[in-house]
Amino acid sequence: MTLGELSETLGFEILTGDTNLKREIKSGYVSDLLSDVIANIEPDSVWITIQRHINILGVAKLKDVAAIIIPRNLQLDKEVIEKAKEENIAILRDSRSAFEISGLIYNALKKGM
Amino acid sequence: MLNDSFRFTPHITLEFKIGEKDFFIAGESASRVKKTLQQLGMKQDIIKRTAIIIYEAAMNVAIHANHGTLKVYIDPEVISIITEDEGPGIPDIELAMKEGYSTASHEVREMGFGAGMGLPNIKQCSDELDIDTKVGVGTTLKAKICLNNKN
Repeated sequence: MTLGELSETLGFEILTGDTNLKREIKSGYVSDLLSDVIANIEPDSVWITIQRHINILGVAKLKDVAAIIIPRNLQLDKEVIEKAKEENIAILRDSRSAFEISGLIYNALKKGM
Repeated sequence: MLNDSFRFTPHITLEFKIGEKDFFIAGESASRVKKTLQQLGMKQDIIKRTAIIIYEAAMNVAIHANHGTLKVYIDPEVISIITEDEGPGIPDIELAMKEGYSTASHEVREMGFGAGMGLPNIKQCSDELDIDTKVGVGTTLKAKICLNNKN
């Protein structure tokens, strides 16, 4: 399933335009501890986190994360969104909690496989 | 000051300066080295372990030290990752190696850093790890990944 399909199915808000929408998503990870993400996120994943400072992009870039998903409609600085586009990382947002979002993505990926 | 086991002729040397609270450089330097290793056709496992060590070691310098450097030497048998910093040093290394133990500030922790996973992650990814530290002076960390034993 591509990021675009996933996003459309679950109604996520896309903050970074076309970035990575055609990229295939295989897995996801939920964590706000950057060391945990660095050590454990799998390739071709979406990363659900409430961290919104610019350094999350360093982690995402290093781990080749397809998209960062921000729960509870939390606000992001424009600077972070612009930098994400530059670094080819998508940022999506949703009103639901990290718990709900991860459940929905898990099921969508399971069905899509 | 490299000891004997770390003396070799590097084929590729990458060097980065790390300033105080310069968190971005950790991701940046790890990404750059990762790209170099990919271009060299290194195995996925080696690339992953190297990137984790670089990220965590550079992050430790950014979080705790006044400033420091990160050097990565790539040669046919081994990848060496060395951070040297001027900073507070580590009073109790055994404690610092424990997962979950951290002396990072509240502010830094709120950003999702300082989870007490850095040194344990580095140890797990290294074939050899040597930490030389002096309280009030600084810390030198040397991690090695051997390219011909694992995988």
